[in-house]
Amino acid sequence: MASEITPQELPEPRYEYGADDHVFVELAEEMSFTANFKAMAITQQVAERDIDGIIENCPANASYMLRIDPGVIHPDEVIAELKEIEAATDIENYEWDTRVIDVPVLFEDPWTHETLMEFRDRHQDPDGTDLEYSAQLNGFDDVESFLDAFVSAPHMVTMVGFVPGLPWCFQMVPRDQQLEVPKYVEPRTDTPSRAVGFGGAFSVIYPVQGAGGYQLYGRTPIEVLDVDQQLADFNDSMVLPNPGDILNYRRIDREEYDAIREEVEAGTYEYTTEQVTFSTDEFFESPLEYTDQLTEEIA
Amino acid sequence: MITIQEGGIASTVQDRGRFGHYHIGMPPSGAMDKYAHTVANYLVGNEADAATIEMTYQGITATFDEDTVIAITGADMSPSLNGESIGTWETVAVDAGDELELAFATEGARAYLAVAGGIDVPEVMGSRSTYTLVGIGGHEGRSLEEGDELPIGEADDTPTDLVGTQLDDEYVPAYADEDTVRVVLGLTDYRLTEESKETLCEAEWTVSPEADRIGYRLEGPEMEFKEREQPFGAGTDPSNVVDLGYPIGSIQMPQKPIVLLQDAVTGGGYATVGTVISADRGLLAQRQTHKSVYFEDVDVDEALAARKERDERLETIRAEIESTD
Repeated sequence: MASEITPQELPEPRYEYGADDHVFVELAEEMSFTANFKAMAITQQVAERDIDGIIENCPANASYMLRIDPGVIHPDEVIAELKEIEAATDIENYEWDTRVIDVPVLFEDPWTHETLMEFRDRHQDPDGTDLEYSAQLNGFDDVESFLDAFVSAPHMVTMVGFVPGLPWCFQMVPRDQQLEVPKYVEPRTDTPSRAVGFGGAFSVIYPVQGAGGYQLYGRTPIEVLDVDQQLADFNDSMVLPNPGDILNYRRIDREEYDAIREEVEAGTYEYTTEQVTFSTDEFFESPLEYTDQLTEEIA
Repeated sequence: MITIQEGGIASTVQDRGRFGHYHIGMPPSGAMDKYAHTVANYLVGNEADAATIEMTYQGITATFDEDTVIAITGADMSPSLNGESIGTWETVAVDAGDELELAFATEGARAYLAVAGGIDVPEVMGSRSTYTLVGIGGHEGRSLEEGDELPIGEADDTPTDLVGTQLDDEYVPAYADEDTVRVVLGLTDYRLTEESKETLCEAEWTVSPEADRIGYRLEGPEMEFKEREQPFGAGTDPSNVVDLGYPIGSIQMPQKPIVLLQDAVTGGGYATVGTVISADRGLLAQRQTHKSVYFEDVDVDEALAARKERDERLETIRAEIESTD
């Protein structure tokens, strides 16, 4: 198994018009930390330059998108500036301040279990559970060892969206240790809120109840969206995750789930987080040791 | 204050939208038909960003507890005041105690009610627009229901001199005409076969019953994707891409196209193949279920020109209304 992450050679970015008022930039068709860090570095530069006429600035997994006011700035001017930023962006020696967040998860919980059983006819494997299917597909003997791998290293938030507060996360391990699963054959019409799912190579946390197509593994008692901003950690924003945050999934039992849930509902729960400076170089060089070190404080 | 007697099917308070939060998954919301929303505001002396009530397919019944002026634009829902028919795209005087009633839309899908001073619900993250999925903005973050009381904002001075102002016919859209909806192809349209790209812009599409503020799902021919070995992280279906941001107006393609609109999901893992131009999104939002949609492939210059033309038309309308003042 690889013990380091090799930076990817990225193709030429593709600059695309999203009609008259959006610019979409695809940095790569495949997911990699290189593409994601580049998307984050460029959009950060865009934010710092505070360019007139940029309305939305959205990093994504291996791409990014801007919404613009073409009455203020022509899309071609935006693209010219993005090309200039791209040429000057080097993710080597790239660092940013971020947080490691403890995310307790009750895997194989009764709620997601009920949902996934209800939608068996939309799944690749109607006779198993999503976890049994995922474990088998990724070459694990059983669900336990698959879950061990899933929580063995933290997952970085590489995009936020779909609905407010939903993080897409990419596990911080070399490519040959990445887990990968398909999405449901037909999306479900229901998913419990706070469900932890996995699809493609991304783990997600569903902020609210609704449709979804990712494999369902468990449920967290903590919120990623707090519209009323009752919890102290939501003082600045109704959404918890930001791109670049590091989520550390932790297996908990039903007793701990209920205890945390009680605190969350009472509005007294305080998230366990640690401020860190993330270095791409150190991460690429020895990801396992580096992420161990990052999560040490909150583990 | 306006008191709602009947809420209609899906009536919400909307302004021009909530911006600057797309990166946390928050769509802009805001009026689906910006043109109709803006003209309604101009007719009552409001700025374009004042909040109106957007009504879908069936209008509200409501009473006013103060004298004011109103305008109803967009879909024709045969409005009446105290049982007497009133005009649309026109400034109408309302007395305290009057009852406004709207019926089903005969043409178009969405009507806008503007009141001098605007609907004065509190702003959430810089906008009064309702986003029902997480329950924020508008009136309690939801569609209007019987008994809801909506405050009316302070108008500079109630523009009674605007009463009777009627929008020139040349500026009133004809929603029954099935005008083409212009699209700039691109984004990840390299996933479609050349034949399917052509079919997209030539076929007759029909608005499915799944057409709402989030998006319009269209029925029509099967689309085909180019064969490829799926890139890492994308998922196994040929329509899957590594999850990316969806522009407002973009056409995502989980086999059948879905045009994402004001309450869009902000990103996801289906290939996007183009974007409806900003000037035509309102046109699509007025297309009723089972009606036809034809896409027309245009370049970005045409999209920019169409936007400019619409903005200039709105500016002309504003100036003409002001001059009757």
